[in-house]
Amino acid sequence: MRDVAVVGIGINKWGELWEKSFRDIYVEAALAAINDAGVDHLDSMIIGCMSGGLFVGQEHLGSLMADYLGQKHLAASRVESACASGGLAFRHAFIEVASGISDIVMAAGVEKMTDVSGDGATYALATAADQEYEVFHGATFPGLYALMATAHMHKYGTTRDMLSAVAVKNHFNGSMNPFAQYPFKVTKEEVNDSVMVASPLRILDCSPITDGAAAVILTTVDIAKKLGKPIIKVIGSGHATDSIALHQRPDITTLKATTVAAEKAFKMANKKITDINFAEVHDCFTIAEIIVTESLGIFPAGKGGEAALKGETGLEGRFPINTSGGLKSKGHPVGATGVAQIVEVVKQLRGTAENGRQLKKQPKIGMAQNMGGSGGSTLVHILEVA
Amino acid sequence: MFPAREHREYPHRYRLEAGKCKKCGKIFFPHRLICSECGHREFEKVILPDTGKLLTFSVIRVAPSQFVDQAPYAIGIAELTNGVRLLAQVADCDVDSLKVGMEVRIEFRRIQTDGHAGVLSYGYKFVPKWY
Ligand SMILES: [Zn+2]
Repeated sequence: MRDVAVVGIGINKWGELWEKSFRDIYVEAALAAINDAGVDHLDSMIIGCMSGGLFVGQEHLGSLMADYLGQKHLAASRVESACASGGLAFRHAFIEVASGISDIVMAAGVEKMTDVSGDGATYALATAADQEYEVFHGATFPGLYALMATAHMHKYGTTRDMLSAVAVKNHFNGSMNPFAQYPFKVTKEEVNDSVMVASPLRILDCSPITDGAAAVILTTVDIAKKLGKPIIKVIGSGHATDSIALHQRPDITTLKATTVAAEKAFKMANKKITDINFAEVHDCFTIAEIIVTESLGIFPAGKGGEAALKGETGLEGRFPINTSGGLKSKGHPVGATGVAQIVEVVKQLRGTAENGRQLKKQPKIGMAQNMGGSGGSTLVHILEVA
Repeated sequence: MFPAREHREYPHRYRLEAGKCKKCGKIFFPHRLICSECGHREFEKVILPDTGKLLTFSVIRVAPSQFVDQAPYAIGIAELTNGVRLLAQVADCDVDSLKVGMEVRIEFRRIQTDGHAGVLSYGYKFVPKWY
């Protein structure tokens, strides 16, 4: 296997981009990554997108996006793993470069979610759950994570204030991210009093509906050196699945696919959780971040909420989580999220995170955890400054 | 929900038919073609018990269009007396009085109506046991 590095990153300002098209937001982020890397060509492109079909009625993204990116006859394909589609695109790009099949590969994620009504978006997102045995009965995505939250609160005594601490922290970090959809701070009281969506989860426990894209360029370490870029190596990649239906898992207060994907990534990287300086994780709902930090082994089972409340996951804490603002504040264009996590990890490792959210003790190793559905699939990646 | 998809699920949902692995004994609902525990491919048909305990629940207040008329409504995961777990609505209850661990019974109910095709869909719901 060849050593692989990320040499270019690109993202656009996320939000409700009604004035921009699906293809335009993709190309914006892709061009930013190409400019950043300074490469003169691509050998291939992997596109993460959860549901171009249901959100904008467009499939066949390999052809569409390569064409609009001005890449005649480029090898381009789209991969899907619900909200983990971006992480999966990154893994496939990594595999392609590592294997020697291609030298310069772009992994990019995109989703245009606001061209449909709220109900249309709910329907599209629900396709990541078990349609016939969950959605049929009236389960929504907030509802499924709410089932985890109720169980976690009952088993471990996790509290309303612990959930709110996650939202407050992520909005604080996101307020310093110029690309975030909601770059404003929220208070504990605002979260606690916000509209109930699916008890115990309130609207400020939920990540938003977002239009956005993100792109990164991977190449060999040898080529990266010639480009004169800081060498940010991909040292671990893990991918695992679990039952799509939440009720078919023996324990819904943990995310087994996340644990297994992390174990695989640690094994490849020859690292353990205590070697990692910070992480971007999948906080589609506040309870998700708490359970993910436990499933990754950052905190013991049942202690993730308390850690959030004590500030251990803040910018100055012992294990900073979601310095970008996370899905909660930055936004969650489902197919793009996993790639945007890599963008933030690279920024932190380069020391270029904007507006004071750069970690003070210059980090050396960062991690990204990207999850699909109610945890039915997970991608974990570990990056290190060479 | 489309008619063909409804028809396929009738035996499972209407009669709570599950598949029990002939080798390791694990019960799958809905049935499967291969056991995810031991890899065996032969099953016998078993009928699920109709009582269990609520493991977790949520009250849905922002509902998808097919369920708007029912909101707020509760969904929950219950463990039946034979260990099989199901997700369903919790009906006939005060949604604010639900508790983890409460006993529920399964009843046959209308679940939803498809907006375009007008297909009525039936299935199971949980009902707190003392009703
Ligand atoms: Zn078996």
